[in-house]
Amino acid sequence: MPATLAKSGGLFLAMIIALFGMAQAQDTAFAVHMGIMALAALIAALAVMAGANVAGQIGNDESVYDDAPVRWGVIATTFWGVVGLLAGLFIALQLAYPVLNLGFEYTTFGRLRPLHTSAVIFAFGGNALICTSFFVVQRTCRARLAFPSMARFVFWGYQLFIVLAATGYLLGVTEAKEYAEPEWYVDIWLTIVWVAYLIVFGGTIIKRREPHIYVANWFYLAFIITVAMLHLVNNLSMPVSWAGSKSYSAFAGVQDALTQWWYGHNAVGFFLTAGFLAMMYYFVPKQAERPVYSYRLSIIHFWSLIFLYIWAGPHHLHYTSLPDWAQSLGMVFSVMLWMPSWGGMINGLMTLNGAWEKIRTDPIIRMMVLALAFYGMSTFEGPMMSIKSVNSLSHYTDWTIGHVHSGALGWNGMITFACMYYLAPRLWKRQRLYSLRLINVHFWLATAGIVFYTASMWVAGLTQGLMWREYGADGYLVNSFAETIAAIHPMYLLRAFGGSLYLAGALVFAWNIAMTIAGRLRQEAAMTETPYNAAADRPLPAPARSAGLGGLQPAE
Amino acid sequence: MASQPETPPKEGFSHRTLERNVTLLGLLSLVAVAIGGIVEIAPLFWVDSTIEKVEGVRPYTPLELAGRNIYMREGCYLCHSQMVRPFKDEVERYGHYSLAAESMYDHPFQWGSKRTGPDLARVGGRYSDEWHVGHLTNPREAVPESIMPPYAFLAEKPLKAGDMRKHLAALRIVGVPYTDKDIEQANADLTAQATPDADIEDLQKRYPRSQGRDYDGNPAVVTEMDALVAYLQMLGTLVDFKAGEAQEQPK
Repeated sequence: MPATLAKSGGLFLAMIIALFGMAQAQDTAFAVHMGIMALAALIAALAVMAGANVAGQIGNDESVYDDAPVRWGVIATTFWGVVGLLAGLFIALQLAYPVLNLGFEYTTFGRLRPLHTSAVIFAFGGNALICTSFFVVQRTCRARLAFPSMARFVFWGYQLFIVLAATGYLLGVTEAKEYAEPEWYVDIWLTIVWVAYLIVFGGTIIKRREPHIYVANWFYLAFIITVAMLHLVNNLSMPVSWAGSKSYSAFAGVQDALTQWWYGHNAVGFFLTAGFLAMMYYFVPKQAERPVYSYRLSIIHFWSLIFLYIWAGPHHLHYTSLPDWAQSLGMVFSVMLWMPSWGGMINGLMTLNGAWEKIRTDPIIRMMVLALAFYGMSTFEGPMMSIKSVNSLSHYTDWTIGHVHSGALGWNGMITFACMYYLAPRLWKRQRLYSLRLINVHFWLATAGIVFYTASMWVAGLTQGLMWREYGADGYLVNSFAETIAAIHPMYLLRAFGGSLYLAGALVFAWNIAMTIAGRLRQEAAMTETPYNAAADRPLPAPARSAGLGGLQPAE
Repeated sequence: MASQPETPPKEGFSHRTLERNVTLLGLLSLVAVAIGGIVEIAPLFWVDSTIEKVEGVRPYTPLELAGRNIYMREGCYLCHSQMVRPFKDEVERYGHYSLAAESMYDHPFQWGSKRTGPDLARVGGRYSDEWHVGHLTNPREAVPESIMPPYAFLAEKPLKAGDMRKHLAALRIVGVPYTDKDIEQANADLTAQATPDADIEDLQKRYPRSQGRDYDGNPAVVTEMDALVAYLQMLGTLVDFKAGEAQEQPK
């Protein structure tokens, strides 16, 4: 009881501080955000009091895993996935039809684009990472989640971060650094949530019942630690006022640029790669019912991946005023990075050794294999694009956008969907998923969508890059910038078409998960069936004797 | 820990040690991921090519700064770069390649990563104020192929930049050399630069090459459009590249 009192009292105090911030706010956006925080604190306080005894409600039964935050995470992942993809499709259509900017300041491409990127990376990807890590760390440590209330704080605190970031973008609150757009106070909030996440995750590893820390947990741990480091350094900034949303980055110009891309590239390297490899290392062997292919390879590729990735940031700044030596270092390390990346892909794919027929029979395995194949393809394309001469053409064009999406839609999206399909029936104690056949529908919609997306962006990128540098026989530039925009319009339409296919697949996924949670089973033919025909399962009757035997003789 | 039959420990270092000690594993991971950043980023704060000053580069005036904040607020950096690379086509299309010093007071940098629209590093002085206002209000009227969102609302919103003294003071803390007078005068400077016939002699002395006028064709109010156009019109105009051109005349 005193714990409940202390918690709800603390939350009320937080609410009062937020309300005070709202009253003192220097700008509307800050007032709105403090209002949201006050409301969140109030809801949390009421929930704590309604629960009266949170510990009793959560249960302390060490003989079962604590899966409630994982269940919420599956729902949040599904929800934010659809939201993020919808935002992506909308801004893709804005680029094809600018009238869709609608003339309001809140609906311009410039404000919606961070909404899309943050929704898919941090809301969809982040929720997938948090919920799978809570699931995996318990199973692989054979121990119940440490600090259950804190785990719940991590989940809800992270959702609050998403809401603050998203509303901020619409209101024009941004630090204007790609993928690190949230302002200083949202950054501080995320830092608190992230430290709690590290404590829950690390705490569960410490109380493990297995002597070894499983490889998936190395990757999760490296992801959590590195993201904390990147987030803290890149977001160092000086607020204009303690009651205002605006801040100025601690770094300027070239130093700020490299800090940002050190962050930006490793948001890819650790958020979207190391964390998702952790998911791969647990769910692929489980679904394939095979052990991980090579223990030795996992050690080598883990350490080389995390060591090399950090160096690759400067390839985002080729031929800029960043010093040449830094660009070259970035390029060399990016090319080297190809190997540990493929180490992960090989370790995942070869886990299917002896179980390759599951690609035909198990749609979840098929999805995982596709994810690994796209991981392999985009981690080849990335090093190639980091070569300076290639980059001189590809940089600033849609080729980069295509590359990112082959990784994001192909690797991150597909492995997440596969993991959610694995988790849903187990977390809600269902006999099976609502429908296995719908996974197949999802698979083909998504695959076709990715093909349209990446192919159109390659063409658009190359077109733009080549048109920008095209010289005529007279020695003058051939194309105006406006002409290059008109030239890629058809590609923007194809990209939007690919995106809508991918979104349609995600809707099928959301439907399947929702029906599974509802406990429904779709009446459908099994995915594999050995055909049996009772009528044919008997001896052949004796051939009938008749006069027409001659008819069977070959003609003379 | 569960008692299980264990393989005897090997002589010397074994990766098993790390697999059984989460603190060690976490610390070594942190060391592994810290090295690259330290080697690449830290020197940029000391090496000459990244900290040398170039004549002409100065901090933003309060009005330009307010315009720059609108540029960031609207996410312009998502489609426009401010970094001309040293290639023939880029230099001919956009102007002299960008120097590190030109963004030394940019907190944060706005180099961008994508050119859905053209580079803006040297857009200053290239078009008239009227063109910018018309283009921002309805981009397709100025450039039929444009896919830029319309920003007509900027001309309707009076500039509420907040207390510019606080903005300049915050920037001084992170290293921008604003003087006490700059900070003291910040709010007055903001209005003066966007007001026709205002006395800006002192402002121009403190901020060389700054231009003062009504930018949006509406002298009655200082709008967000005034600030944004003032920012666009100064981009890339601070360094005199003529001084670096070839001296020898062809005969």
